[in-house]
Amino acid sequence: MTTVSSSEGAGVPGIDLRGGHVRGGTPVVLSELTCVFGSTVALDGFSLDVGPGELLALLGPSGCGKTTALRILAGFQEATSGRVFVDGRDVSSLPAQKRGMGMVFQSYSLFPNMTALDNVAFGLRLRKIGSGERRARAMALLEMVQLADRAGRYPHQLSGGQQQRVALARALAIEPQVLLLDEPLSALDAKVRAQLREEIRALQRRLFITTVFVTHDQDEALTMADRVAVMRGGRLEQVGPPAELYRSPETPFVAEFVGTMNRLPGRLTSAGRVSVLGRELGARGAVGGLGTEVDVLVRPEDLMLSPAPEASGIVTSVTFRGAQSRVEVLLSADLGVKVDVASAKAVALSPGSLVEVELSPACERPLVDKKSSRQAEASGAAPAAI
Amino acid sequence: MSAGVSVTGPEVLSGPGGLPGATTAAGRHRKGLLYWRGRRLRPWRFAVLAVAGAYFLVPLWAAFRFSLAYNGTGWSLEAYVDLGSQQGFAPAIWLSAQLAIVATGLELVLMVPTAIYVHLRLPKVKRVMDFVTSLPIVVPPVVLILGVLAVAPEKLKATPFLLALEYVVLAVPLSWRALDAGVRALDVHTLVDASRSLGGGWAVTVLRVLLPNMRVAILSATVLTVALVLGEFTMASLDLQQTFPTWIYVYSQSNGHVSVAAAMLSLFVTWVVLVGVSALAGRRGGREIALV
Repeated sequence: MTTVSSSEGAGVPGIDLRGGHVRGGTPVVLSELTCVFGSTVALDGFSLDVGPGELLALLGPSGCGKTTALRILAGFQEATSGRVFVDGRDVSSLPAQKRGMGMVFQSYSLFPNMTALDNVAFGLRLRKIGSGERRARAMALLEMVQLADRAGRYPHQLSGGQQQRVALARALAIEPQVLLLDEPLSALDAKVRAQLREEIRALQRRLFITTVFVTHDQDEALTMADRVAVMRGGRLEQVGPPAELYRSPETPFVAEFVGTMNRLPGRLTSAGRVSVLGRELGARGAVGGLGTEVDVLVRPEDLMLSPAPEASGIVTSVTFRGAQSRVEVLLSADLGVKVDVASAKAVALSPGSLVEVELSPACERPLVDKKSSRQAEASGAAPAAI
Repeated sequence: MSAGVSVTGPEVLSGPGGLPGATTAAGRHRKGLLYWRGRRLRPWRFAVLAVAGAYFLVPLWAAFRFSLAYNGTGWSLEAYVDLGSQQGFAPAIWLSAQLAIVATGLELVLMVPTAIYVHLRLPKVKRVMDFVTSLPIVVPPVVLILGVLAVAPEKLKATPFLLALEYVVLAVPLSWRALDAGVRALDVHTLVDASRSLGGGWAVTVLRVLLPNMRVAILSATVLTVALVLGEFTMASLDLQQTFPTWIYVYSQSNGHVSVAAAMLSLFVTWVVLVGVSALAGRRGGREIALV
């Protein structure tokens, strides 16, 4: 279990929709949450701090417990044990309707019997706000999500992206302490998704609202979040800023779940050092006796290629990806690696080219894992790259 | 072949010498007896439609025709005009209307919350509900009414509203399926969560979010229950109540034309209501499925 301290809040102070004054974000603390469904443990002592005004992404594979954590935070799900604190107040026993949290859902959740305007005004109506002010505030929010001209339309007359924008406006209308986003972009096409991603981030920064965002899309998490919490099996694996998670993963799971990773065979040479691809360097997680065979986890951009007629590496594919190209190289019958090279250099490579694979000088202290059974058995010709 | 029948179709163009899959402007605007809205009509489809139509319409036409042959005249609306003044007609209609109102009210109070609760909290019970709600169809009404009459309190047996309770049971298979389909058409869980996150308690969520979106399903359940009450004969007869169907039967002994006219009128009213519900469903933009 890892409890992390609050971040400084990477967002910038924004303005309140009503008065234009600066608002402060609200800290959220999830403490030792456990949630059991029958024989399934969805959350297993999960703890997390979210800083004021921070956008934190919960990232993980299906079934890791991220949605359960969000639903417990929202008040839709009761934890078997553990507590939820919002702004220092224990809200664990408060029902969802009294927590003051806005939520945008994965599936389109607008009320089909109401227009976009009525949907946005719904929460205000429940707060007994007069019809004039209610309408003005709802319209202001629709303008904020650039849908004022669609105020009179019903949900089925709006596109998926427009519906999610209205849902966002509706969630913000109640001026929530915390905004919860449950994979709100996953049902949208790629172009709309990218656009909404930026809009949500800009809005969140402008309003400086504490936001928890569940996603299984690592691109979404890495590009939007101030910090990313990677979950696995109901536990927190690691939490940190996207760059830290990518460059310094603490566990092999995080290393392989976030971005692309190669597993290269290596050998421990002394305490904390490892020999890989003919080079010896310091490594993280290098525990074991001298000479122990291990896997060294290396990013594609931390490898270099050099054409050599006598080399053992054979290029199997070259994929153009803009400024960089991804080259797949077969080093032996059961070991393949992925290498990122500048596209200008990659033009000299083609399937069948012989190349030497080396560690880049920029590669420092890679993560070491126990040798995978796949390599140990040395069976088949499956690439070892993840 | 009549003039106007198109002979230029895709078959011609996609054959030898033609362009595969190509169509011409003439092909896109084909008109004629064998085409409708640009689609070729198959003769066997006509035949099936004609047989099915005849099966339903001939008996109705025969009944309608019989109701018009009042006093031996060929075509007269007298049977319909005289309906209102027939002895027992108004009380029978009034009793049936009362029973319909009470039965429908009870049905909705019982089944709407059940459908919502089962979908939200007891999804595994849906199959059991499908089976249990089918039982009134499986058990013959005669058995049902005799059983009820044997155990019902005397005070209740003395009123016609025992029938309303029986009709509630009898209408369960129809109303459950209508409401079940209505709830299925909604993403109930998400709508409830959305409402609650905005501050809505259960009452607000049900009244302002769920029920308005189940309007067509509720209307369908209402129409089906009313239609059942207006047409049910066995139970009313065994319970010795003069409802509209029993009045039609009794009156048919003395004046067949008028009783058939009453039956036709009942059918017509039911159809009008059904068309109204379908139109309402269509006006909602097809978001809710038409159930009747």
